[in-house]
Amino acid sequence: MSDQEDAIVIQELTKSFDAVLAVDRLSVSVHAGEIFGLLGPNGAGKTTTIRMLSALIGPTSGRAWVAGYEVGKQNQEIRSTVGILTESPGMYDQLSAERNLSFFGEMYEVADLPAQVERYLRMLGLWERRFEPVGTFSKGMRQKLAIARALLHEPKVLFLDEPTSGLDPEAALLVRQFIAELREEGRTIVLCTHNLDEADRLCDRIAVFKSNLLALDTPNALRRKLFGRKVVFHLVTAKPDLAEFVKQHPFVQSVEVVDNKLIVGLDDPESQNPLLINGLVQAGAEIQFVGEVRQRLEDVYMQLVNA
Amino acid sequence: MRKIWILVRKEWAEVFKNRFVLFTTAFLPLLFAVLPLVIMYATGNYASDINDLASTSDVPPEFMELCVGLDGSGCMQYFLVSQFMLLFMMVPMIIPVTFASYSIVGEKSTRTLEPLLATPIKTIELLTGKALAATIPAVLATWLSFLIFAIGAFILATSPGVVGKILDALWLTAIIVVGPLLAIFGVTIAVMISSRVNDPRVAEQVSALFVLPLVGLFVAQSLGLIYLNAQLILWMAVILIVLDTGMFAFATQLFQRETILTRWK
Repeated sequence: MSDQEDAIVIQELTKSFDAVLAVDRLSVSVHAGEIFGLLGPNGAGKTTTIRMLSALIGPTSGRAWVAGYEVGKQNQEIRSTVGILTESPGMYDQLSAERNLSFFGEMYEVADLPAQVERYLRMLGLWERRFEPVGTFSKGMRQKLAIARALLHEPKVLFLDEPTSGLDPEAALLVRQFIAELREEGRTIVLCTHNLDEADRLCDRIAVFKSNLLALDTPNALRRKLFGRKVVFHLVTAKPDLAEFVKQHPFVQSVEVVDNKLIVGLDDPESQNPLLINGLVQAGAEIQFVGEVRQRLEDVYMQLVNA
Repeated sequence: MRKIWILVRKEWAEVFKNRFVLFTTAFLPLLFAVLPLVIMYATGNYASDINDLASTSDVPPEFMELCVGLDGSGCMQYFLVSQFMLLFMMVPMIIPVTFASYSIVGEKSTRTLEPLLATPIKTIELLTGKALAATIPAVLATWLSFLIFAIGAFILATSPGVVGKILDALWLTAIIVVGPLLAIFGVTIAVMISSRVNDPRVAEQVSALFVLPLVGLFVAQSLGLIYLNAQLILWMAVILIVLDTGMFAFATQLFQRETILTRWK
């Protein structure tokens, strides 16, 4: 591995299925302890990448290391070390929640298995229903059980493929809170999702890709790169001459007037805002409040994917 | 070895939750325990001189060498129940084929295969676990039914010599050695098919096709074309050991994790 701080290192990883190139020379590193978002349209190769990194399928070319183990050469070690929540996680419906977890726990050779099963069933609110067949569970309960299954052996690296897909808002919120808690425990999490709001809230960094890498950075850094930073001044009345006044400042990149708001593009609002506020007040503006325009991650994503 | 046993226990916990599966596992062996007993009971009063038996009954002359030490009635009884030896050998293969053919494609259709393959289980452990989970109950059920048959034969046989023949090395080798080897053969083929098709129904039907030739063996025996003697049983055992080993190695090679996960819909 090239870097001890990286939980996952991917170098020129490529996967093709006959003539279809699913992943094209992907090179990224995932830092230990971060939540790393993999974003991309359907068929972009997200699930294929996760499958390669969890040693379920082999790469066509390129190399990757997960928790220090090389994909393709140390697959058994990788499978023992990582946890995976698949896109459509199946359960043994005839068996109870407790029996399902026990089976997978035994497969992972979990020490003190009954205590681990109890811990995760309690943590995810399924303890009271532990003896009921999973076939009777709601989708949200099944998803929580699948998350428990992925965590049972305390994996250092966790792959979550669409963890809140199809869940009601309450269940989705619970799962998101749980993922945030996992970060606090220092686990490395690779989150594959179409829910951009979820990625924005949870991920430390995101990679947008469509077979190959389109962009990689923190959500805010990507916003700034693509859209710059914008500050909104809410005024009692947005007189036209105020916009002209703002434009006179050399550091101002753009100015828009929308209703009673002045939207100003700045590269360093922290130092430039006080100057603008003072100037606007002296020019007779009545400022109600000032805030930064937060560009939606959706806009960032659409710009990258459709570029 | 530990993971194989873990998988076997899971399979049983899952399959035997269904009482109908328990019934089907037990029914066929019990039927083959009762049928020969009914025949023994019905032929209990058949009396004939052993020397006339070949000419006055349907007992083929070639069978007579197996009747050494029996009277005419005993030889007749032994001839009739010996037709069931092949069935006792085939039952452990017939019963588990349905379970085995569902083993891999079933996990795939319920979406449990990917999480299972994500665990540190080796392909050989997975296939062995699946095969044993299907084979063991069928073999045990057959052995139990044979025990019931042997006890019944002890009560209904016209002479102790008949029971002695039923419990001799020929029968015991057939039931205890060849039967399980046949079961492993059938189950391995079914598991192999299960890992190559994408529909549980197709797996079941294709697997059943592989069992059909053995029905031909039964017909051949009934028509007097073959006789299950010690030499044939030993040859069957040797050939099956070689076939089972080769077939299992082939099944392991044929099991492509990547193809199963990515090409099946």
